[in-house]
Amino acid sequence: MADTHALDTIPLKVTPLHALHIELGAKMVPFAGYDMPVQYPAGVLAEHLHTRKKAGLFDVSHMGQAFLRAAGYGEGLAGDAAHEKVASALETIVPGDIRGLKPGQIRYTLLLNDEGGILDDLMVTRPLSAELQGMLVLVVNAATKEADFAHIAAKLAGSATLERADDRALIALQGPAAEAVMRTLVPGAADLGFMEMEWFDIGGVSAMISRSGYTGEDGFEISLPDSDVEAFARRLLAHPDVKPIGLGARDSLRLEAGLCLYGHDIDETTTPIEGALGWVIPGRRREEANFPGADIILRQIAHGAARKRVGILPEGKAPAREGAVIIDASGKGIGAVTSGGFGPTAGGPIAMGYVDADHAASGTEIALMVRGVARPARVAPMPFIEKRFHRTDKK
Amino acid sequence: MSDILYTDQHEWVQVDGDVATIGITDYAQEQLGDVVYVELPAIGKKLALGDEAAVVESVKAASEVYSPVSGTVVEVNDDLEGAPGSINEDAMGSGWFLKLELSDESELDNLMDEAAYKSFLASLG
Repeated sequence: MADTHALDTIPLKVTPLHALHIELGAKMVPFAGYDMPVQYPAGVLAEHLHTRKKAGLFDVSHMGQAFLRAAGYGEGLAGDAAHEKVASALETIVPGDIRGLKPGQIRYTLLLNDEGGILDDLMVTRPLSAELQGMLVLVVNAATKEADFAHIAAKLAGSATLERADDRALIALQGPAAEAVMRTLVPGAADLGFMEMEWFDIGGVSAMISRSGYTGEDGFEISLPDSDVEAFARRLLAHPDVKPIGLGARDSLRLEAGLCLYGHDIDETTTPIEGALGWVIPGRRREEANFPGADIILRQIAHGAARKRVGILPEGKAPAREGAVIIDASGKGIGAVTSGGFGPTAGGPIAMGYVDADHAASGTEIALMVRGVARPARVAPMPFIEKRFHRTDKK
Repeated sequence: MSDILYTDQHEWVQVDGDVATIGITDYAQEQLGDVVYVELPAIGKKLALGDEAAVVESVKAASEVYSPVSGTVVEVNDDLEGAPGSINEDAMGSGWFLKLELSDESELDNLMDEAAYKSFLASLG
């Protein structure tokens, strides 16, 4: 057996749930500078399937949470005008429609560099409450949070101020049973629509609860003060339908859902168009053309990008991992796998990667080089499973 | 039938006459996690000590299994293709990988017996 473990000499940070992970028998691994649970005794496969069947609890406290406030926040600026100010500031560094967010609404967007490359992907929320207009809640990736927060603070200096929420933990409850479980603990949160967030008082604890996630399932992300997260996590775990889920299953769940892992499927060298994330740039932003890298991105929208992120279904049973070279029928290299593995719900190997534009159509026959052998595969639509986000008919 | 021998790479070798059955240990399967795919060598392939004999893929990663002895592949466990999970369930039994006809039985002298392997595992902490 080859030893796949690498030694990490940098001291690892821990989340407020670290002791609970150990108590639950988790196998811990270094991830983004944190000592994180990769799996619990049930194992990745069982954890993955449990999340799709019932509900899984994830510790995502390593992610970066922050509040962005308009300059002059709390000094007479209020309502839509206050939102307009902070949203306009953020729109100078992201291509999404932030100004158009309704109170309580969450949006997935991207931090871009001047070449249109993706510095990070993030969630932006406009608070529901009238007193909090002019503020946005940001959640960014763990590995990039230091760079992101420095970038945001510097770029928006004078127009908005960033306050890190390093004293808040973040957990996710995901799966078809998530709503019923949430109803037993925070009934109001169970009524949130998809991509909506609200503040809730849980026995005197201030919680931000979002109807969102990273698994393709319905679910919630719950931000709590560090000091209160363990008690709430234990209450969730006391429900028979809830099991703790590690990073291993988090990765296979998001891959089946076709969702990008920053630093792998998208990074500073990929644009939103190459990354098949053009949908994050609405018409107004395309017309205004006032986001970083707009010239490059708009040219790619008009004329197509040279390469594109696609889903890939290997025909055999061998998984293709990140880095596997993708070739065409003639054996020519046309790209590489950026995420790949076994999809427990898909029932076989699945992958995503970048291919030349002429090979990006669904159904295109390609091959993946795994251990020196070309293995037949096909470009496939994503997600690899049926997404089951919560949908409500809004009045 | 002799006792089972072990390597420091967490493989087990059971010798019957001049044929060695090879698999990975319970410790190894536990470290790997859920096995989803196994790539086995062709029958007739000659393996030298330390050659890549098989590849085992868990949900997390691919790992090579290196041949603990030299010999010629005479049989592989085809059942693993449809049921790779048997490596997790019964690593020392139905989860066997392959059988080698030994070309140098003296190589067996370098392997650990069960007591030595157990103390080796204990030393890993």
